[in-house]
Amino acid sequence: MLYIKCPHCGMRPQIEFSYGGDASVKRPELNKEISDQEWDDFVYNRKSLRGKHLELWQHISGCRQWIKVERDTATHEIFNTFKADEGVV
Amino acid sequence: MQKYSIFNLVKNAFSNHQNWDLAWKDPEPKEEYDVVIIGGGGHGLATAYYLAKEHNITKVAIIEKGWIGGGNVGRNTTIIRSNYMHDENGLFSEFGMDLWRKMSQDLNYNVMFSPRGIINLAHSDAQMNAYARRGNSMRLNGIDAVLLNREQVKEIIPMADFSENVRFPIFGGLMQPSAGTARHDAVAWGYARQADDMGVDIIQNCEVIGFDVSAGKINGIRTSRGNIRAKKVGLCVAGSTNILAEKLNMTLPIETHLLQACVSEPVKPVLDSVVTFGAGHFYISQSDKGEMVMGGDLDGYNSYAQRGNLPTLQHVLTEGIAMMPFLSKLKMLRTWGGIMDMSMDGSPIIDKTHIDGLYLNCGWCYGGFKATPASGWTFAHTIAQDRVHELNAGYSLNRFNTGHLIDEKGLGTKTWIS
Repeated sequence: MLYIKCPHCGMRPQIEFSYGGDASVKRPELNKEISDQEWDDFVYNRKSLRGKHLELWQHISGCRQWIKVERDTATHEIFNTFKADEGVV
Repeated sequence: MQKYSIFNLVKNAFSNHQNWDLAWKDPEPKEEYDVVIIGGGGHGLATAYYLAKEHNITKVAIIEKGWIGGGNVGRNTTIIRSNYMHDENGLFSEFGMDLWRKMSQDLNYNVMFSPRGIINLAHSDAQMNAYARRGNSMRLNGIDAVLLNREQVKEIIPMADFSENVRFPIFGGLMQPSAGTARHDAVAWGYARQADDMGVDIIQNCEVIGFDVSAGKINGIRTSRGNIRAKKVGLCVAGSTNILAEKLNMTLPIETHLLQACVSEPVKPVLDSVVTFGAGHFYISQSDKGEMVMGGDLDGYNSYAQRGNLPTLQHVLTEGIAMMPFLSKLKMLRTWGGIMDMSMDGSPIIDKTHIDGLYLNCGWCYGGFKATPASGWTFAHTIAQDRVHELNAGYSLNRFNTGHLIDEKGLGTKTWIS
């Protein structure tokens, strides 16, 4: 079982959360011309890093807030958690 | 090569089985090959076998970081099927079914192919309609499909819970009678033994640390056991695809996720087909040794760990007991995990890349094992001819750019959602 420290509620077990994928993916700016490649990178292409990975989780059985979690994808160690609008981008 | 037969078995019994040839050699890597396949799993070994057998290309090396057959071909739940609705998946997998039927003879290795049938359970009228549609699509592609009503399902799996006041009452199911299981390790070893016999070098304990690419063309690879020149390089590394892609500055529509499976203690024969309970994220079959082989969905977050987490296992088994209550009496024998190359539409990629001489085989999601022969056959064709075969034309890398997705499960770009 992973234990994730929700920045709003404190340490909670993994089963209270739902996974939301890579948090480093950014939606392209809509006020400029966007290439197909940029859309591909946003919608489909992922680095899927081995090691430190910044990802989104939602505390669905708690405060229902989206949060960011910095976690190792090889060891599952969690280094840090942030509110959705905080932390490393 | 010594043929495996009853006569050779008897003959070797007189020498206490001390004089059998090694099934494959342990060569030092040469300086140059025509084709280097990275990844000594089922798909990589099958690719090398078909390169030699179908295309007469034998200056081939398989480069494996660990030992052959130690990844997902040794970790799956051995299910073989072609019960797909979309043409690309159906025709590809049914081509593979033919290869499965002939495999033990082809490889002179008993892969224990057992066409015992697979049943996908349905729990509502809507799901029965959807299965009727899928079954009809399958039959149009020459794949056997039978829509079973509740009574017919009950005849096959009387031990399941058929009461009506459960969350997912069994309405019926879709069966592919020709689907089944095979001995997974034997598939890897059988392909390895034949490929080795035709001149393929199987190089284990050799990690790829880089690629030699110049002017948009691949020239070779750098490994922990020295540099190897190659005209063509094929990537067949499943869950490790992204790690190698990063060394090539490629970002792929793939995420690596963790999938678990488990077996119970062995019991007497009780289940003679494969049963999937999709609504409950659970499927089950019984091995020849009598173990109940069970699995479910992904753990649900990016992982390279090759070992699972208990909440997912608990969820899978809770659902399993809901479907077949007798399972609660069994003890767990073993659980394990493997890392899946989850593609963004749930379908695989077998294609050329933007680098000349570099070929890609990945994105197998939940269905890598059953695809082993067809994947190897089409990947070998793609590498040898430098063009895709019509069977894997749909599995292109640029379908994510052109919008020709093969979204069999309707999961969109988040195939890891369960």
